Amino acid sequence: MWNMIWLFFHKLASPKHFYRISGLLIPWLAAITAILLVLGLYLGLFVAPPDYQQGESYRIIFVHVPSAWMSMFIYTFMAVLSAIYLIWNIKLADVMARSSAVLGASFTLLALATGSLWGKPMWGAWWVWDARLTSELILLFLYMGYIALVMAIEDVRTAARAGAVLILVGVVNIPIIHYSVEWWNTLHQGPTVTKLDKPSIHLSMLVPLLLMAGAFQFYYFTVVLMRARAELLDRERRSEWVRELMGR
Amino acid sequence: MSSGWQAFIALVKRDLLLAFRHRGELLNPLLFFMMVVTLFPLGVSPESSLLRTMAPGVIWIAALLAGLFSLESIFRSDFDDGALEQMVLSPHPLSLLVLAKVLAHWLVTGLPMLLMAPLLGMFLSLPAPGLVAMELTLLIGTPLLSLVGSIGVALTVGLRRGGVLLTLLVLPLYIPVLIFSTNAVSVAVAGLPIDGQVYFLLALLALAITLAPFATAAALRISLS
Repeated sequence: MWNMIWLFFHKLASPKHFYRISGLLIPWLAAITAILLVLGLYLGLFVAPPDYQQGESYRIIFVHVPSAWMSMFIYTFMAVLSAIYLIWNIKLADVMARSSAVLGASFTLLALATGSLWGKPMWGAWWVWDARLTSELILLFLYMGYIALVMAIEDVRTAARAGAVLILVGVVNIPIIHYSVEWWNTLHQGPTVTKLDKPSIHLSMLVPLLLMAGAFQFYYFTVVLMRARAELLDRERRSEWVRELMGR
Repeated sequence: MSSGWQAFIALVKRDLLLAFRHRGELLNPLLFFMMVVTLFPLGVSPESSLLRTMAPGVIWIAALLAGLFSLESIFRSDFDDGALEQMVLSPHPLSLLVLAKVLAHWLVTGLPMLLMAPLLGMFLSLPAPGLVAMELTLLIGTPLLSLVGSIGVALTVGLRRGGVLLTLLVLPLYIPVLIFSTNAVSVAVAGLPIDGQVYFLLALLALAITLAPFATAAALRISLS
C-alpha cells in the first residue's frame, strides 16, 4: 500500500508524468471552482441577509476574506515547496513555487484593494494604518521581493535555490512582523470565523464565506497547475518528451 | 583555543585592517546618515515640538538606510577578488566566518553611527531620556540589521545590479526592529519604562545571531555556485 503511494509521488515528481496527470486534473478542478464560485456568490449576494450595522457593504468580505486567507496560504505553501526543493532537490517543487508567487501577490493585492474599498464607508478613509492591512502590505512586499529576485538571476537553478532561501527566511519573519505590527497599532475587527467553539458570524453568512474560500482555493490549484505546465514546457523544451509532445 | 575561533579572530582583524586602509570610505555612511537627518527639518518644518515627535523615526530610518547601503560592500570586494570562494572552501564553518565579517562590518559602520546619534538627536531636539533610549536601541538594533541584511547581500552579491534589489528584499524584514526601537524611544521621551521593547529587541538579536549566519552561508554557497 505505502509502496504504491510512494511510487505515485515519485512518478508525480517527474516532469513528464506531472504534465500528464495535471492535464487530466485541470478540467475537474476548473469545474469545481466554477460550481463553488456560482453557489458562493449566489448565497453571498442574494440569500445572506444584510448586516445590522454595516448594511450591504459588508458583502465584500466574501471576496476580501478568502483572498486574504489565500495570500497567507500560498506563502506558506511556497515555503513548504521551497523546503522540499532545497532538501530533496525536486525540480517540480521549484516550478510550483515559482508559478505560485504571482498568484500569491495578486491575491494579496486583491485583499488590499477590497479592504480599502470596504474601509472607505466603514472607517471613512481609503487607507488606514491598521495592523492587518499593514502586514498584508508587507506580505505583498515579500512576494514582490521574491519575484524580483528570481527574475534578476538568469541561471534557473541558482534562481530557484536563492528564491527558496529567501522564502524560508521570509516565513520565519512573517510571524515576527505580524505580531510586531499588531502590537504597533490595531483598528481591525477581531477574528470572527476562527473561533471554532462559537463563531460570531451567522451561519447564513458563514456558509457562503466558506464556499467562496473553497472556490478561491480550487481556482488557485487550477491556475497554478496551468502555469506550472507552461513553465515546465519552457524549461524542458530540449528534452525528449516535450519534443515528442510537440510532434517534432 | 579551537581553530574555528582562531579563524574568526583572524578574519575580524583582516577586515578591520582592510577598512582602516580605506579610511576615506568609512566616513561615507556617516555623512549619509547625517545628511538624511538634516533633510527632515528642511523638508518638513524646523519647529522643535514637531521635530521631537519625529526624531526617533527619522534617526532610525536614516540609520537603517545608511547601514543597508554600506552593507552592500560587505561581501563585494571579496567576491570580486575570489577571497570569498576561498572562505567557502576553507575547513572552517562558513557561518562562523560570516559572523566574523558581520562583526567587523558592524564595528566600522554601526559603532560610529552609535557615536553620532546623540548629536543628531540634539539636532532634532530630542530630550535626554530619549537620547539614552536611542543609544540603547541602536546598540541592540544595528547588529541585528547587519545580520538580517547579510542574508540579502549574500543572495544578491553575484548580480551586477543588486543594489536596489537588496533594499527590496531586506527592508520588509527590518520592520519589526524599526517598530520596537522607535517605540522605545518615544516611550522613553514620555518618561515611561522601556524594558519590554528592549527585551523584545534582545530576543530578536539572539534569534538573528543563531539563525542568520546559517542562512547567509547557504545564500553565499548558492551565489558562488
